Amino acid sequence: MKIIDMTAVELGTAIQNREVGVQEAVSAALERIEEKEALYHCYVTLDQEGALGQAREVQKRIDAGELTGALAGVPVAIKDNLCTEGMLTTCSSRILYNFVPTYSAQAVVNLQRAGAVILGKTNMDEFAMGSTTETSAFGVTRNPWDPEHVPGGSSGGSAAAVAAGECFYALGSDTGGSIRQPASFCGVVGLKPTYGRVSRYGLIAYGSSLDQIGPLCKDVRDCATVLEAISTHDPKDSTSVPRTDTDFTSALVEDVTGMRIGIPRDYFGEGLDPQVREAVLKVAYALKERGALVEEFDLSLVEYAIPAYYTIATAEASSNLERFDGIKYGYRTQEYEGLHNMYKKSRSEGFGPEVRRRIMLGSFVLSSGYYDAYYLKALRVKALIKRAFDAAFEKYDVILGPVAPTTAPRLGESLSDPIRMYLGDIYTIAVNLAGLPALSIPCGRDLKGLPIGVQLIGDCFREKKLIQTAYTWEKIRGGSSPDEDTPTVCSPARKDECRDVGPAAGKEER
Amino acid sequence: MANVISDETIEYVGILAKLELSPQEREQAKKDMGSMLDYIDRLGELDTSDVEPMSHVFPINNVFREDIVTNGDMRREILSNAPGEKDGMFMAPRTFE
Amino acid sequence: MAKQYETVIGLEVHVELATKTKIFCGCSTAFGGEPNTHTCPVCTGMPGSLPVLNKQVLEYAVAVGLATDCTITRNCKFDRKNYFYPDNPQNYQISQLYLPICRDGRVEIGTEDGKKFVGIHEIHMEEDAGKLIHDEWDDCTLVDYNRSGVPLIEIVSEPDMRSSQEVIAYLEKLRMIIQYLGASDCKLQEGSMRADVNLSVREAGSGEFGTRTEMKNLNSFKAIARAIEAERERQIDLLESGEAVVQETRRWDDNQGESYAMRSKEDAQDYRYFPDPDLVPVVLDDAFLEQIRARQPEMRPEKMLRYKREFDIPDYDIEIITESRHMADLFEATAALGSQPKKVSNWLMGDTLRLLKERDMDPGDICFSPENLARLIALTDEKAINSSVAREVFEVMFEKDIDPEKYVEEKGLKTVNDEGALRAVVEQVIAANPQSVADFRSGKEKAIGFLVGQTMKAMKGKADPGMVNQLLRELL
Repeated sequence: MKIIDMTAVELGTAIQNREVGVQEAVSAALERIEEKEALYHCYVTLDQEGALGQAREVQKRIDAGELTGALAGVPVAIKDNLCTEGMLTTCSSRILYNFVPTYSAQAVVNLQRAGAVILGKTNMDEFAMGSTTETSAFGVTRNPWDPEHVPGGSSGGSAAAVAAGECFYALGSDTGGSIRQPASFCGVVGLKPTYGRVSRYGLIAYGSSLDQIGPLCKDVRDCATVLEAISTHDPKDSTSVPRTDTDFTSALVEDVTGMRIGIPRDYFGEGLDPQVREAVLKVAYALKERGALVEEFDLSLVEYAIPAYYTIATAEASSNLERFDGIKYGYRTQEYEGLHNMYKKSRSEGFGPEVRRRIMLGSFVLSSGYYDAYYLKALRVKALIKRAFDAAFEKYDVILGPVAPTTAPRLGESLSDPIRMYLGDIYTIAVNLAGLPALSIPCGRDLKGLPIGVQLIGDCFREKKLIQTAYTWEKIRGGSSPDEDTPTVCSPARKDECRDVGPAAGKEER
Repeated sequence: MANVISDETIEYVGILAKLELSPQEREQAKKDMGSMLDYIDRLGELDTSDVEPMSHVFPINNVFREDIVTNGDMRREILSNAPGEKDGMFMAPRTFE
Repeated sequence: MAKQYETVIGLEVHVELATKTKIFCGCSTAFGGEPNTHTCPVCTGMPGSLPVLNKQVLEYAVAVGLATDCTITRNCKFDRKNYFYPDNPQNYQISQLYLPICRDGRVEIGTEDGKKFVGIHEIHMEEDAGKLIHDEWDDCTLVDYNRSGVPLIEIVSEPDMRSSQEVIAYLEKLRMIIQYLGASDCKLQEGSMRADVNLSVREAGSGEFGTRTEMKNLNSFKAIARAIEAERERQIDLLESGEAVVQETRRWDDNQGESYAMRSKEDAQDYRYFPDPDLVPVVLDDAFLEQIRARQPEMRPEKMLRYKREFDIPDYDIEIITESRHMADLFEATAALGSQPKKVSNWLMGDTLRLLKERDMDPGDICFSPENLARLIALTDEKAINSSVAREVFEVMFEKDIDPEKYVEEKGLKTVNDEGALRAVVEQVIAANPQSVADFRSGKEKAIGFLVGQTMKAMKGKADPGMVNQLLRELL
């Protein structure tokens, strides 16, 4: 098997068995990057030399027997809103165009302790505000399944990098679907952990009460392995929850006998693409055949999650992004008259339109006279949504539904109408409001050949149920064979031919 | 559109958020904010009179640090990204009248 | 007849807590470091950093609340107060608006008309801002975040005070309570205690409040008193001339003796408070409150009663000494080393208070140790030095806590107790001053004082005046 086609755990095992050297692994990733990056643009920052340097260090520690884990020596890509010491961290925003953190996010530190080699930082929607990675100040990322389509977002660079083989796995963050939706669009496995499972220290905040870091991987085993490595209690994050149930790889069991799976009717209504609907329901039938107890139910309140979410997320964001003011770091405008003009010009020039739009809305809903009507109301609706999920999890172990109403839209189609764009998040954002874990796993492709993902939602801290269910589905589907789940990658020079040789060409949906 | 955002409101929010909008951006912002607020107004359809606002999803309380100095001198690191620096301090536009 | 006006005053008092570290990070709160050397990603608002509450801050805040008869909020939260300013690194301050830690307390003060209670509306915890320094050379502002994140409590009183005397009495009472608790040193000059004055005037007898202003930048009790008088006059002048008082924040300029409005178009005063999602609620149970209550130190009334029982010193001394916890601690520690209590209290009430006043210092600024004070008292008890030498040594000790024994030794200040040597000097003085000798012998008792003085001068002060007197009388 070619190195580049290995999963993270397969590569890690090969490295432990001395079949593959760490530098060899890094070189394989760098070669793929060299070949594909000009077209896909998954990365904002690449650190080839640093990666090779890390590879030498990690190899030494493996040889010395200090690093024995499954991720030692495996190259990873990190979303650009996670601080990395000494490596540019921009949130894909002009306002942080030159920001080099002096510390790393705890999740990154945890991976480095496990021997990860960081290749670079992946592109994203600016400050994670968007669903397509088109709001990045540094250019769009293209979907490796069809470069005319978006990779999803906001962790679009991470998802595309995994799909294109430009890394072996990646970290993303999920505030309203930002891991699950791009994972779905790019045909990879993405997991948003329970709020509090992974430390947010060093994650540049968008909506602090909703943000959570998680893995984007080639398969479920990788996902469980990475989650196991990054889930630690962190005294630097007050919302980090001490847990002992972090042995996620123990849930890699092909068995759903007796697993109670709920299908929310509200997730299959108007607006859902029939092809997505069919592919998702097929998973439910397959799991039922394997002994799962599958039934439909009414979750309720689904249509209220988006307005509640946009109130809470924009309010928190308006405050979280106040620190970008041109004084301590980042972009400062060249010419200004006085302090307040400097603030206004630096921020207006430094933030892109979508970020400005959300800051304005968030500032408004918190402003005097509106706080109760908007912000507090949204927090009450959040409580109702949490109640609805609590009721559902009394009956079910896992809720199964689509990740997004459609497959990846074409580039440039989404940004014009904000409401329409926000509606694309309808199946993912309630999960963030309720702090729940959820996973997106490929379940087929549409007629254009674009991947479709199925979403599994679990109760708080029940990631293992998700992993077990997803693992079983992955086995049913036949594993992640390259011809099925890897896009036929095309080089920039042959971009025009892509559509003929790409994943859409000549492959039938199973 | 039920919510009509006035120029004054946009101006006021601009002062709060420290954002400056061009005339075109201003019109767009009025439109966007109006339609978003219309959308958010749908929350009013729900009766939440007996529901407490929920800021944290889990009952995690009382997370503290002990009063022990753990940080040393990090001045060099802290100032390393500053757009302007002088005498070990950040340089900002004058605030004194 | 001219209208009579009543002044209505409420205070917002900020007190810097005496923790070792900042409220949300492990940076030192020590004074006097080089700019930005006590900073980290948290207290400089670096992207991705997160706050974690210092437990000691909570304990001090609850202790102050209990000592001021407050109701402690069992489920309290932190909120963000959003406003842009360079001293505020995140451009929001973490504070408490909706559920402050303490509410509805009171303290008793003495006024001209007897005792009175001043209500405490609430006490909340918050973080301090950084320091801004104007740089003339580059015409810019320089920012030092060493103070950013230093824990504060803000004590908000009810509008219960009616004069600057009451305000000062209230502040002195608060300071005493907080110093007794060890929660802060409460130094106005250094800014560890700061008071903003909310003031309005109304016609005497009116039941309604007038429009109030908030006065900032008050750095001493004197400045507070001056600012209150000036603001009262300003508001009355406005009303008398038919103008309205504008609700605004004003800055006091103590040199000019006047205030000016801090207005700005960019200052909307809409702080968009909302619960800080990065911090979790603080839920206090009975056990926690009991623990804090049990740890409360002895406060002044109990201390005064105990001193009456334990020390043979006048009530007046007890009253003075217990006004400051530091003074009382110094007194007890010195007495515990064997010094006679009355002698200790004499040093504290006499020279110590005099020097503090002369130097505009607080008892908290006293640097000499009880050990050295006890040594000094022992030296006088042994008559190793006389009282004027002792006072001279004490002044040095007050400056830099020297060991008086060593100092006396090094400077050769010990009293000469060798009678033979002293006798020789006295004989010389008698021989050199025949007129005074004659005066004395002819019954002028005063003349002996001159001879004692001459002897002391010849001895460079290092003699026991009583012994000199005795020798003179013997030889004459």
